Amino acid sequence: MNLISQRMRGPWTLFKKELLRFWRVGFQTVAAPVMTALLYLLIFSHVLGSRVEVYPGVPYTVFLIPGLIMMSVLQNAFANSSSSLIQSKVMGNIIFVLLTPLSYIEFFSAFLAASIIRGLCVGFSIYLVSMCFIDLPLNHPWIILAFAVFGSGMLGAFGIIAGLWAEKFDQMAAFQNFVIMPLSFLSGVFYSIHSLPPLWQTVSHFNPFFYMIDGFRYGFFGMSDISPWFSLSVVIASFITLSLVTIGMLRAGYKLRG
Amino acid sequence: MTPAIQLTQVHKHFGALHALKGVDLNIEQGEFFALLGPNGAGKSTLINLLAGLLRPTSGTLSVMGFDVLKDYRQARHALGVVPQELVFDPFFNLREMLRFQAGYFGRGNENDTWVDEVIECLGLTDKAHTNMRRLSGGMKRRALIAQALVHKPPVIVLDEPTAGVDVELRHTLWEFIKRLNREGHTIILTTHYLEEAEELCSRVALMKQGEVIALDSTKNLLASIPGKNLKLKLSAAVPQSLMAMVRHQDALDYMLNLNEITQIEFVLAELRNANVSVLDMQLIEPDLEDVFVDLIGRS
Repeated sequence: MNLISQRMRGPWTLFKKELLRFWRVGFQTVAAPVMTALLYLLIFSHVLGSRVEVYPGVPYTVFLIPGLIMMSVLQNAFANSSSSLIQSKVMGNIIFVLLTPLSYIEFFSAFLAASIIRGLCVGFSIYLVSMCFIDLPLNHPWIILAFAVFGSGMLGAFGIIAGLWAEKFDQMAAFQNFVIMPLSFLSGVFYSIHSLPPLWQTVSHFNPFFYMIDGFRYGFFGMSDISPWFSLSVVIASFITLSLVTIGMLRAGYKLRG
Repeated sequence: MTPAIQLTQVHKHFGALHALKGVDLNIEQGEFFALLGPNGAGKSTLINLLAGLLRPTSGTLSVMGFDVLKDYRQARHALGVVPQELVFDPFFNLREMLRFQAGYFGRGNENDTWVDEVIECLGLTDKAHTNMRRLSGGMKRRALIAQALVHKPPVIVLDEPTAGVDVELRHTLWEFIKRLNREGHTIILTTHYLEEAEELCSRVALMKQGEVIALDSTKNLLASIPGKNLKLKLSAAVPQSLMAMVRHQDALDYMLNLNEITQIEFVLAELRNANVSVLDMQLIEPDLEDVFVDLIGRS
Protein backbone atom coordinates (compact mmCIF):
# COMPACT_ATOMS: atom_id res chain seq x y z
CA MET A 1 0.00 0.00 0.00
CA ASN A 2 2.93 2.28 0.62
CA LEU A 3 3.68 2.09 -3.09
CA ILE A 4 0.75 4.47 -3.49
CA SER A 5 1.51 8.15 -3.03
CA GLN A 6 0.38 9.63 0.26
CA ARG A 7 -2.20 11.80 -1.45
CA MET A 8 -3.78 8.78 -3.14
CA ARG A 9 -3.86 6.64 0.00
CA GLY A 10 -7.04 8.24 1.28
CA PRO A 11 -9.26 7.46 -1.72
CA TRP A 12 -7.48 4.13 -2.19
CA THR A 13 -8.34 3.14 1.40
CA LEU A 14 -11.98 4.10 0.92
CA PHE A 15 -12.09 2.08 -2.31
CA LYS A 16 -10.50 -0.90 -0.57
CA LYS A 17 -12.96 -0.65 2.31
CA GLU A 18 -15.89 -0.51 -0.08
CA LEU A 19 -14.57 -3.60 -1.90
CA LEU A 20 -14.08 -5.52 1.33
CA ARG A 21 -17.52 -4.51 2.50
CA PHE A 22 -19.23 -6.45 -0.27
CA TRP A 23 -16.59 -9.16 -0.50
CA ARG A 24 -17.07 -10.06 3.19
CA VAL A 25 -20.71 -10.87 2.42
CA GLY A 26 -19.97 -12.34 -1.00
CA PHE A 27 -22.60 -14.99 -0.59
CA GLN A 28 -25.22 -12.31 -0.57
CA THR A 29 -23.59 -9.82 -2.94
CA VAL A 30 -22.13 -12.09 -5.62
CA ALA A 31 -23.39 -15.66 -5.25
CA ALA A 32 -27.04 -14.68 -4.72
CA PRO A 33 -27.39 -12.60 -7.93
CA VAL A 34 -25.70 -15.41 -9.89
CA MET A 35 -28.27 -17.81 -8.51
CA THR A 36 -31.13 -15.45 -9.42
CA ALA A 37 -29.86 -15.06 -12.98
CA LEU A 38 -29.58 -18.83 -13.37
CA LEU A 39 -33.16 -19.30 -12.18
CA TYR A 40 -34.39 -16.77 -14.75
CA LEU A 41 -32.40 -18.62 -17.37
CA LEU A 42 -33.80 -21.98 -16.36
CA ILE A 43 -37.43 -20.87 -16.28
CA PHE A 44 -37.53 -18.64 -19.34
CA SER A 45 -35.55 -21.00 -21.52
CA HIS A 46 -37.86 -23.88 -20.56
CA VAL A 47 -41.02 -21.92 -21.19
CA LEU A 48 -39.97 -20.04 -24.30
CA GLY A 49 -36.86 -21.84 -25.54
CA SER A 50 -38.50 -23.84 -28.31
CA ARG A 51 -41.00 -21.18 -29.37
CA VAL A 52 -39.02 -17.97 -29.75
CA GLU A 53 -36.10 -17.10 -31.97
CA VAL A 54 -35.20 -13.42 -31.68
CA TYR A 55 -32.13 -13.35 -33.92
CA PRO A 56 -31.83 -15.78 -36.83
CA GLY A 57 -29.75 -18.78 -35.84
CA VAL A 58 -29.51 -17.79 -32.18
CA PRO A 59 -31.48 -20.05 -29.80
CA TYR A 60 -33.58 -18.16 -27.25
CA THR A 61 -31.57 -19.48 -24.29
CA VAL A 62 -28.37 -18.15 -25.82
CA PHE A 63 -30.07 -14.85 -26.66
CA LEU A 64 -31.18 -14.51 -23.06
CA ILE A 65 -27.79 -14.86 -21.34
CA PRO A 66 -26.12 -11.51 -22.27
CA GLY A 67 -29.25 -9.62 -21.23
CA LEU A 68 -29.36 -11.42 -17.90
CA ILE A 69 -25.65 -10.78 -17.33
CA MET A 70 -26.03 -7.07 -18.06
CA MET A 71 -29.17 -6.74 -15.95
CA SER A 72 -27.32 -8.28 -13.00
CA VAL A 73 -24.25 -6.09 -13.60
CA LEU A 74 -26.43 -2.98 -13.51
CA GLN A 75 -28.56 -3.97 -10.52
CA ASN A 76 -25.53 -4.94 -8.46
CA ALA A 77 -23.53 -1.85 -9.31
CA PHE A 78 -26.52 0.18 -8.12
CA ALA A 79 -26.94 -1.96 -5.01
CA ASN A 80 -23.30 -1.56 -4.01
CA SER A 81 -23.06 2.20 -3.70
CA SER A 82 -26.66 2.73 -2.64
CA SER A 83 -26.72 0.14 0.15
CA SER A 84 -23.31 1.15 1.46
CA LEU A 85 -24.38 4.78 1.69
CA ILE A 86 -27.80 4.22 3.20
CA GLN A 87 -26.38 1.79 5.75
CA SER A 88 -23.65 4.11 6.88
CA LYS A 89 -26.10 7.00 7.00
CA VAL A 90 -28.60 5.08 9.10
CA MET A 91 -25.86 3.58 11.31
CA GLY A 92 -24.20 6.98 11.56
CA ASN A 93 -20.73 5.72 10.64
CA ILE A 94 -20.70 7.91 7.51
CA ILE A 95 -19.24 10.46 9.91
CA PHE A 96 -15.90 8.59 9.90
CA VAL A 97 -15.46 9.42 6.23
CA LEU A 98 -16.85 12.95 6.53
CA LEU A 99 -14.30 13.84 9.22
CA THR A 100 -11.38 13.01 6.94
CA PRO A 101 -9.58 15.19 4.40
CA LEU A 102 -11.10 13.19 1.52
CA SER A 103 -12.50 15.48 -1.17
CA TYR A 104 -15.90 14.97 -2.75
CA ILE A 105 -14.21 13.84 -5.97
CA GLU A 106 -12.21 11.23 -4.06
CA PHE A 107 -15.34 10.08 -2.24
CA PHE A 108 -17.15 9.77 -5.57
CA SER A 109 -14.30 7.92 -7.28
CA ALA A 110 -13.92 5.36 -4.49
CA PHE A 111 -17.63 4.55 -4.32
CA LEU A 112 -17.94 4.47 -8.10
CA ALA A 113 -14.92 2.20 -8.61
CA ALA A 114 -16.15 -0.27 -5.99
CA SER A 115 -19.58 -0.37 -7.67
CA ILE A 116 -18.03 -1.08 -11.05
CA ILE A 117 -15.93 -3.90 -9.58
CA ARG A 118 -18.98 -5.44 -7.91
CA GLY A 119 -20.96 -5.21 -11.17
CA LEU A 120 -18.13 -6.81 -13.14
CA CYS A 121 -17.61 -9.54 -10.52
CA VAL A 122 -21.27 -10.54 -10.67
CA GLY A 123 -21.39 -10.33 -14.48
CA PHE A 124 -18.25 -12.37 -14.93
CA SER A 125 -19.47 -15.00 -12.46
CA ILE A 126 -22.75 -15.43 -14.36
CA TYR A 127 -20.82 -15.66 -17.59
CA LEU A 128 -18.52 -18.36 -16.18
CA VAL A 129 -21.38 -20.42 -14.75
CA SER A 130 -23.49 -20.19 -17.91
CA MET A 131 -20.49 -21.32 -19.98
CA CYS A 132 -20.91 -24.69 -18.26
CA PHE A 133 -24.23 -25.21 -20.05
CA ILE A 134 -24.19 -23.05 -23.14
CA ASP A 135 -21.72 -22.13 -25.81
CA LEU A 136 -21.85 -18.35 -26.04
CA PRO A 137 -20.18 -16.54 -28.97
CA LEU A 138 -17.86 -13.60 -28.15
CA ASN A 139 -17.75 -11.39 -31.21
CA HIS A 140 -16.50 -8.11 -29.77
CA PRO A 141 -15.05 -8.56 -26.25
CA TRP A 142 -13.98 -4.91 -26.00
CA ILE A 143 -17.49 -3.71 -26.72
CA ILE A 144 -18.77 -6.09 -24.04
CA LEU A 145 -16.28 -4.66 -21.56
CA ALA A 146 -17.02 -1.05 -22.53
CA PHE A 147 -20.76 -1.50 -21.98
CA ALA A 148 -20.19 -3.36 -18.72
CA VAL A 149 -17.83 -0.69 -17.36
CA PHE A 150 -19.84 2.37 -18.41
CA GLY A 151 -23.15 0.71 -17.57
CA SER A 152 -22.05 -0.27 -14.07
CA GLY A 153 -20.42 3.16 -13.69
CA MET A 154 -23.70 4.83 -14.55
CA LEU A 155 -25.64 2.69 -12.09
CA GLY A 156 -22.91 3.12 -9.46
CA ALA A 157 -23.38 6.89 -9.76
CA PHE A 158 -27.16 6.45 -9.70
CA GLY A 159 -26.72 4.39 -6.53
CA ILE A 160 -24.79 7.22 -4.88
CA ILE A 161 -27.60 9.64 -5.79
CA ALA A 162 -30.20 7.27 -4.32
CA GLY A 163 -28.04 6.67 -1.23
CA LEU A 164 -27.67 10.40 -0.66
CA TRP A 165 -31.36 11.08 -1.19
CA ALA A 166 -32.84 8.22 0.87
CA GLU A 167 -33.03 8.64 4.61
CA LYS A 168 -34.63 5.32 5.43
CA PHE A 169 -34.37 1.78 4.13
CA ASP A 170 -37.93 1.79 2.81
CA GLN A 171 -37.21 4.86 0.68
CA MET A 172 -34.28 2.99 -0.78
CA ALA A 173 -36.43 -0.08 -1.39
CA ALA A 174 -38.98 2.13 -3.16
CA PHE A 175 -36.25 3.52 -5.38
CA GLN A 176 -35.12 0.01 -6.22
CA ASN A 177 -38.61 -1.39 -6.86
CA PHE A 178 -40.18 1.55 -8.64
CA VAL A 179 -37.23 2.87 -10.64
CA ILE A 180 -34.47 0.32 -11.10
CA MET A 181 -36.63 -2.82 -11.47
CA PRO A 182 -39.05 -1.43 -14.12
CA LEU A 183 -36.19 0.14 -16.08
CA SER A 184 -34.29 -3.14 -16.13
CA PHE A 185 -37.26 -5.42 -16.84
CA LEU A 186 -38.59 -3.16 -19.61
CA SER A 187 -35.23 -2.86 -21.33
CA GLY A 188 -35.37 -5.88 -23.63
CA VAL A 189 -33.59 -8.40 -21.45
CA PHE A 190 -36.15 -11.06 -22.30
CA TYR A 191 -37.15 -9.93 -25.82
CA SER A 192 -36.18 -7.79 -28.78
CA ILE A 193 -38.02 -4.47 -28.84
CA HIS A 194 -39.02 -5.22 -32.44
CA SER A 195 -41.52 -7.67 -30.99
CA LEU A 196 -43.25 -4.81 -29.12
CA PRO A 197 -46.16 -2.65 -30.39
CA PRO A 198 -44.93 0.68 -31.90
CA LEU A 199 -45.86 2.76 -28.85
CA TRP A 200 -43.78 0.62 -26.49
CA GLN A 201 -40.93 0.56 -28.96
CA THR A 202 -40.89 4.36 -28.77
CA VAL A 203 -41.11 4.31 -24.98
CA SER A 204 -38.22 1.84 -24.80
CA HIS A 205 -36.00 4.32 -26.63
CA PHE A 206 -36.25 6.62 -23.64
CA ASN A 207 -34.95 3.89 -21.32
CA PRO A 208 -31.15 4.04 -21.01
CA PHE A 209 -31.14 0.41 -19.86
CA PHE A 210 -32.36 -0.59 -23.30
CA TYR A 211 -29.19 0.80 -24.92
CA MET A 212 -26.98 -0.89 -22.36
CA ILE A 213 -28.57 -4.29 -22.90
CA ASP A 214 -28.77 -3.99 -26.67
CA GLY A 215 -25.17 -2.82 -27.08
CA PHE A 216 -23.87 -5.40 -24.61
CA ARG A 217 -25.65 -8.13 -26.56
CA TYR A 218 -24.08 -6.88 -29.80
CA GLY A 219 -20.69 -7.66 -28.31
CA PHE A 220 -21.67 -11.33 -28.11
CA PHE A 221 -23.69 -11.89 -31.31
CA GLY A 222 -22.60 -9.07 -33.61
CA MET A 223 -26.35 -8.31 -34.00
CA SER A 224 -28.52 -5.73 -32.26
CA ASP A 225 -31.77 -3.79 -32.53
CA ILE A 226 -29.95 -0.52 -33.12
CA SER A 227 -26.38 0.60 -33.85
CA PRO A 228 -24.05 -0.35 -30.96
CA TRP A 229 -22.12 2.88 -31.45
CA PHE A 230 -25.23 4.92 -30.94
CA SER A 231 -26.01 2.82 -27.84
CA LEU A 232 -22.49 3.31 -26.50
CA SER A 233 -22.79 7.07 -27.01
CA VAL A 234 -26.08 7.11 -25.10
CA VAL A 235 -24.56 5.05 -22.27
CA ILE A 236 -21.43 7.20 -22.01
CA ALA A 237 -23.50 10.39 -22.14
CA SER A 238 -25.82 9.06 -19.39
CA PHE A 239 -22.81 8.02 -17.34
CA ILE A 240 -21.27 11.47 -17.61
CA THR A 241 -24.55 13.23 -16.85
CA LEU A 242 -25.28 11.14 -13.76
CA SER A 243 -21.69 11.47 -12.57
CA LEU A 244 -21.88 15.25 -12.86
CA VAL A 245 -25.15 15.29 -10.93
CA THR A 246 -23.62 13.06 -8.24
CA ILE A 247 -20.49 15.17 -7.99
CA GLY A 248 -22.65 18.28 -7.75
CA MET A 249 -24.66 16.76 -4.89
CA LEU A 250 -21.52 15.68 -3.04
CA ARG A 251 -19.92 19.06 -3.57
CA ALA A 252 -22.96 20.78 -2.10
CA GLY A 253 -22.89 18.30 0.79
CA TYR A 254 -26.50 17.30 -0.02
CA LYS A 255 -27.89 15.58 3.09
CA LEU A 256 -24.32 15.00 4.29
CA ARG A 257 -23.02 18.36 5.47
CA GLY A 258 -25.77 20.73 6.59
CA MET B 1 1.46 31.18 18.73
CA THR B 2 -1.37 30.19 16.38
CA PRO B 3 -4.51 29.42 18.39
CA ALA B 4 -5.61 25.79 18.29
CA ILE B 5 -9.15 26.92 17.60
CA GLN B 6 -10.39 30.28 16.46
CA LEU B 7 -13.99 31.27 15.82
CA THR B 8 -14.90 34.70 14.55
CA GLN B 9 -18.49 35.89 14.49
CA VAL B 10 -19.85 32.44 13.71
CA HIS B 11 -23.55 32.30 12.92
CA LYS B 12 -25.51 29.19 12.09
CA HIS B 13 -29.15 29.10 11.07
CA PHE B 14 -31.25 25.97 10.65
CA GLY B 15 -34.25 27.42 8.86
CA ALA B 16 -35.88 29.73 11.38
CA LEU B 17 -33.70 28.51 14.25
CA HIS B 18 -30.71 30.72 15.01
CA ALA B 19 -28.49 28.03 16.55
CA LEU B 20 -25.30 30.09 16.89
CA LYS B 21 -25.51 33.85 17.30
CA GLY B 22 -22.14 35.33 16.44
CA VAL B 23 -19.79 33.21 18.51
CA ASP B 24 -16.21 34.43 19.02
CA LEU B 25 -13.86 32.00 20.68
CA ASN B 26 -10.12 31.45 20.89
CA ILE B 27 -8.61 28.32 22.36
CA GLU B 28 -4.85 28.28 22.76
CA GLN B 29 -2.62 25.32 22.01
CA GLY B 30 -2.20 22.96 24.93
CA GLU B 31 -5.38 24.06 26.72
CA PHE B 32 -7.79 21.67 28.42
CA PHE B 33 -11.02 23.45 27.59
CA ALA B 34 -14.62 22.71 28.48
CA LEU B 35 -17.66 23.74 26.54
CA LEU B 36 -20.65 23.68 28.86
CA GLY B 37 -24.29 24.51 28.52
CA PRO B 38 -27.77 23.05 28.68
CA ASN B 39 -29.18 20.91 25.86
CA GLY B 40 -29.80 23.00 22.77
CA ALA B 41 -27.21 25.62 23.74
CA GLY B 42 -25.30 25.07 20.49
CA LYS B 43 -22.32 23.02 21.74
CA SER B 44 -22.73 20.20 19.25
CA THR B 45 -23.44 22.65 16.44
CA LEU B 46 -20.17 24.38 17.24
CA ILE B 47 -18.27 21.09 17.23
CA ASN B 48 -19.90 19.96 14.00
CA LEU B 49 -18.92 23.25 12.36
CA LEU B 50 -15.31 22.74 13.45
CA ALA B 51 -15.36 19.19 12.12
CA GLY B 52 -16.80 20.27 8.77
CA LEU B 53 -20.00 18.24 9.32
CA LEU B 54 -21.93 21.51 9.12
CA ARG B 55 -21.21 24.71 7.25
CA PRO B 56 -21.52 28.08 8.95
CA THR B 57 -24.11 30.57 7.70
CA SER B 58 -21.48 33.25 8.23
CA GLY B 59 -18.23 33.79 10.11
CA THR B 60 -14.96 31.87 10.05
CA LEU B 61 -13.58 28.92 11.96
CA SER B 62 -10.02 27.65 11.96
CA VAL B 63 -8.12 24.75 13.46
CA MET B 64 -4.39 25.35 14.04
CA GLY B 65 -4.68 28.35 11.74
CA PHE B 66 -6.33 26.41 8.90
CA ASP B 67 -9.74 27.59 7.76
CA VAL B 68 -12.23 24.71 8.06
CA LEU B 69 -13.69 25.47 4.63
CA LYS B 70 -10.84 26.85 2.52
CA ASP B 71 -8.04 24.68 3.94
CA TYR B 72 -10.29 21.82 4.96
CA ARG B 73 -7.67 19.15 4.31
CA GLN B 74 -5.13 20.64 6.72
CA ALA B 75 -7.83 21.59 9.21
CA ARG B 76 -9.15 18.02 9.31
CA HIS B 77 -5.63 16.60 9.61
CA ALA B 78 -5.21 18.76 12.70
CA LEU B 79 -8.48 17.68 14.32
CA GLY B 80 -9.61 14.46 15.98
CA VAL B 81 -13.29 14.27 16.86
CA VAL B 82 -14.91 11.81 19.24
CA PRO B 83 -18.61 11.92 18.38
CA GLN B 84 -21.32 11.72 21.00
CA GLU B 85 -23.26 8.79 19.48
CA LEU B 86 -21.82 5.30 19.66
CA VAL B 87 -21.45 4.84 15.92
CA PHE B 88 -19.51 1.99 14.33
CA ASP B 89 -19.09 0.08 11.09
CA PRO B 90 -20.55 -3.42 11.58
CA PHE B 91 -18.57 -4.97 8.74
CA PHE B 92 -15.12 -4.78 10.32
CA ASN B 93 -13.13 -5.54 13.41
CA LEU B 94 -11.55 -2.89 15.58
CA ARG B 95 -8.06 -3.02 14.13
CA GLU B 96 -9.38 -2.93 10.57
CA MET B 97 -11.57 0.06 11.40
CA LEU B 98 -8.64 1.96 12.87
CA ARG B 99 -6.35 1.14 9.96
CA PHE B 100 -8.97 2.28 7.48
CA GLN B 101 -9.44 5.47 9.44
CA ALA B 102 -5.69 6.14 9.38
CA GLY B 103 -5.67 5.33 5.67
CA TYR B 104 -8.30 7.98 4.93
CA PHE B 105 -5.82 10.46 6.37
CA GLY B 106 -3.13 9.24 3.98
CA ARG B 107 -1.32 7.08 6.50
CA GLY B 108 0.02 3.71 5.43
CA ASN B 109 1.60 0.65 7.03
CA GLU B 110 4.19 2.78 8.82
CA ASN B 111 1.33 4.00 11.03
CA ASP B 112 0.32 0.52 12.21
CA THR B 113 2.65 0.64 15.22
CA TRP B 114 0.87 3.79 16.41
CA VAL B 115 -2.54 2.18 15.81
CA ASP B 116 -1.50 -0.77 18.00
CA GLU B 117 -0.16 1.61 20.64
CA VAL B 118 -3.49 3.46 20.79
CA ILE B 119 -5.32 0.13 21.03
CA GLU B 120 -3.09 -0.85 23.93
CA CYS B 121 -3.36 2.47 25.75
CA LEU B 122 -7.13 2.23 25.68
CA GLY B 123 -7.08 -1.34 26.97
CA LEU B 124 -8.49 -2.81 23.77
CA THR B 125 -5.65 -5.16 22.80
CA ASP B 126 -7.65 -8.35 23.38
CA LYS B 127 -10.53 -6.91 21.35
CA ALA B 128 -8.45 -5.85 18.35
CA HIS B 129 -9.81 -8.68 16.21
CA THR B 130 -13.36 -8.53 17.51
CA ASN B 131 -16.08 -7.30 15.19
CA MET B 132 -17.30 -3.85 16.21
CA ARG B 133 -20.85 -5.17 16.64
CA ARG B 134 -19.73 -7.45 19.43
CA LEU B 135 -18.04 -4.78 21.56
CA SER B 136 -19.83 -3.52 24.67
CA GLY B 137 -20.92 0.12 24.97
CA GLY B 138 -17.84 1.11 26.96
CA MET B 139 -15.57 -0.65 24.48
CA LYS B 140 -17.26 1.13 21.58
CA ARG B 141 -16.71 4.45 23.35
CA ARG B 142 -13.01 3.66 23.68
CA ALA B 143 -12.90 2.56 20.06
CA LEU B 144 -14.29 5.96 19.06
CA ILE B 145 -11.55 7.70 21.02
CA ALA B 146 -8.96 5.48 19.34
CA GLN B 147 -10.44 6.34 15.98
CA ALA B 148 -10.06 10.05 16.63
CA LEU B 149 -6.38 9.56 17.46
CA VAL B 150 -5.13 7.36 14.62
CA HIS B 151 -3.88 10.29 12.56
CA LYS B 152 -2.13 11.95 15.54
CA PRO B 153 -4.12 15.19 15.53
CA PRO B 154 -2.82 18.06 17.70
CA VAL B 155 -6.38 19.11 18.62
CA ILE B 156 -8.87 16.63 20.06
CA VAL B 157 -12.57 17.35 20.52
CA LEU B 158 -14.60 15.05 22.74
CA ASP B 159 -18.36 15.45 22.61
CA GLU B 160 -19.77 14.01 25.85
CA PRO B 161 -17.07 11.32 26.07
CA THR B 162 -18.26 9.88 29.37
CA ALA B 163 -21.99 9.77 28.69
CA GLY B 164 -23.22 6.34 29.77
CA VAL B 165 -19.78 5.18 30.85
CA ASP B 166 -19.29 3.45 34.20
CA VAL B 167 -17.21 5.06 36.94
CA GLU B 168 -14.14 2.90 36.50
CA LEU B 169 -13.95 3.39 32.76
CA ARG B 170 -14.60 7.08 33.18
CA HIS B 171 -11.56 7.29 35.42
CA THR B 172 -9.37 5.37 32.93
CA LEU B 173 -10.55 7.56 30.08
CA TRP B 174 -9.76 10.77 31.92
CA GLU B 175 -6.32 9.50 32.87
CA PHE B 176 -5.65 8.79 29.22
CA ILE B 177 -7.00 12.16 28.08
CA LYS B 178 -4.96 13.96 30.75
CA ARG B 179 -1.91 12.19 29.44
CA LEU B 180 -2.66 13.36 25.91
CA ASN B 181 -2.96 16.90 27.23
CA ARG B 182 0.37 16.61 29.07
CA GLU B 183 1.95 15.44 25.83
CA GLY B 184 0.85 18.71 24.21
CA HIS B 185 -2.54 17.94 22.68
CA THR B 186 -5.20 20.60 22.95
CA ILE B 187 -8.32 19.06 24.47
CA ILE B 188 -11.82 20.45 24.04
CA LEU B 189 -14.69 18.66 25.66
CA THR B 190 -18.36 19.00 26.26
CA THR B 191 -19.77 17.25 29.27
CA HIS B 192 -22.82 17.14 31.45
CA TYR B 193 -20.73 16.14 34.45
CA LEU B 194 -19.73 19.56 35.72
CA GLU B 195 -17.45 18.12 38.38
CA GLU B 196 -15.37 16.59 35.58
CA ALA B 197 -14.98 19.94 33.88
CA GLU B 198 -14.12 21.55 37.19
CA GLU B 199 -11.45 19.00 37.96
CA LEU B 200 -9.86 18.78 34.53
CA CYS B 201 -10.31 21.98 32.59
CA SER B 202 -8.28 25.12 32.93
CA ARG B 203 -10.81 27.21 31.03
CA VAL B 204 -14.53 27.02 30.49
CA ALA B 205 -16.98 28.52 28.02
CA LEU B 206 -20.59 28.51 29.06
CA MET B 207 -23.11 28.56 26.25
CA LYS B 208 -26.79 29.34 26.27
CA GLN B 209 -29.15 29.63 23.33
CA GLY B 210 -26.39 29.96 20.77
CA GLU B 211 -24.25 32.43 22.66
CA VAL B 212 -21.18 32.22 24.85
CA ILE B 213 -22.41 33.82 28.07
CA ALA B 214 -19.25 33.24 30.10
CA LEU B 215 -15.68 32.53 29.13
CA ASP B 216 -13.06 32.41 31.83
CA SER B 217 -10.65 30.25 33.77
CA THR B 218 -12.33 27.71 36.00
CA LYS B 219 -10.72 29.44 38.98
CA ASN B 220 -12.17 32.85 38.15
CA LEU B 221 -15.60 31.44 37.46
CA LEU B 222 -15.62 29.71 40.83
CA ALA B 223 -14.47 32.92 42.50
CA SER B 224 -17.37 34.77 40.88
CA ILE B 225 -19.76 33.06 43.28
CA PRO B 226 -19.25 34.77 46.61
CA GLY B 227 -19.42 33.02 49.96
CA LYS B 228 -20.36 29.43 50.61
CA ASN B 229 -23.28 27.11 50.22
CA LEU B 230 -25.25 25.82 53.15
CA LYS B 231 -27.01 22.53 52.58
CA LEU B 232 -29.92 21.96 54.92
CA LYS B 233 -32.41 19.21 55.58
CA LEU B 234 -35.36 20.72 57.44
CA SER B 235 -38.47 19.55 59.24
CA ALA B 236 -40.64 22.14 57.42
CA ALA B 237 -40.38 24.77 54.68
CA VAL B 238 -37.97 27.68 55.15
CA PRO B 239 -39.55 30.92 56.39
CA GLN B 240 -40.16 33.73 53.91
CA SER B 241 -37.27 35.75 55.31
CA LEU B 242 -34.77 33.18 54.00
CA MET B 243 -36.30 32.64 50.54
CA ALA B 244 -33.95 35.16 48.90
CA MET B 245 -30.97 33.02 49.86
CA VAL B 246 -32.32 29.75 48.44
CA ARG B 247 -30.21 28.61 45.48
CA HIS B 248 -32.15 25.43 44.84
CA GLN B 249 -34.61 23.22 46.59
CA ASP B 250 -35.71 19.61 46.48
CA ALA B 251 -38.72 19.01 48.80
CA LEU B 252 -37.32 19.92 52.24
CA ASP B 253 -33.67 19.77 51.13
CA TYR B 254 -32.39 23.28 50.59
CA MET B 255 -29.22 24.83 49.25
CA LEU B 256 -28.71 28.34 50.62
CA ASN B 257 -26.09 30.76 49.43
CA LEU B 258 -24.22 32.64 52.17
CA ASN B 259 -22.37 35.79 51.22
CA GLU B 260 -20.40 35.54 54.40
CA ILE B 261 -19.94 32.72 56.81
CA THR B 262 -21.35 34.88 59.63
CA GLN B 263 -24.78 34.74 57.95
CA ILE B 264 -25.10 31.21 59.29
CA GLU B 265 -26.16 32.64 62.65
CA PHE B 266 -28.92 34.65 61.02
CA VAL B 267 -30.18 31.56 59.18
CA LEU B 268 -30.28 29.45 62.32
CA ALA B 269 -32.02 32.18 64.27
CA GLU B 270 -34.69 32.60 61.61
CA LEU B 271 -35.29 28.86 61.53
CA ARG B 272 -35.61 28.73 65.32
CA ASN B 273 -38.12 31.61 65.27
CA ALA B 274 -40.18 29.82 62.67
CA ASN B 275 -40.07 26.60 64.68
CA VAL B 276 -38.31 24.73 61.90
CA SER B 277 -35.76 22.23 63.10
CA VAL B 278 -32.55 21.32 61.26
CA LEU B 279 -32.27 17.60 60.54
CA ASP B 280 -28.94 17.78 58.71
CA MET B 281 -26.51 20.54 57.80
CA GLN B 282 -23.44 20.80 55.57
CA LEU B 283 -21.24 23.71 54.53
CA ILE B 284 -20.07 23.45 50.89
CA GLU B 285 -17.71 25.42 48.65
CA PRO B 286 -19.51 26.66 45.52
CA ASP B 287 -18.77 24.54 42.46
CA LEU B 288 -19.08 24.96 38.73
CA GLU B 289 -22.68 23.84 38.94
CA ASP B 290 -23.49 26.88 41.07
CA VAL B 291 -21.77 29.13 38.55
CA PHE B 292 -23.69 27.39 35.83
CA VAL B 293 -27.08 27.71 37.52
CA ASP B 294 -26.32 31.27 38.50
CA LEU B 295 -25.29 32.40 35.03
CA ILE B 296 -27.99 30.47 33.17
CA GLY B 297 -30.60 31.91 35.51
CA ARG B 298 -29.24 35.43 35.29
CA SER B 299 -28.85 35.73 31.50
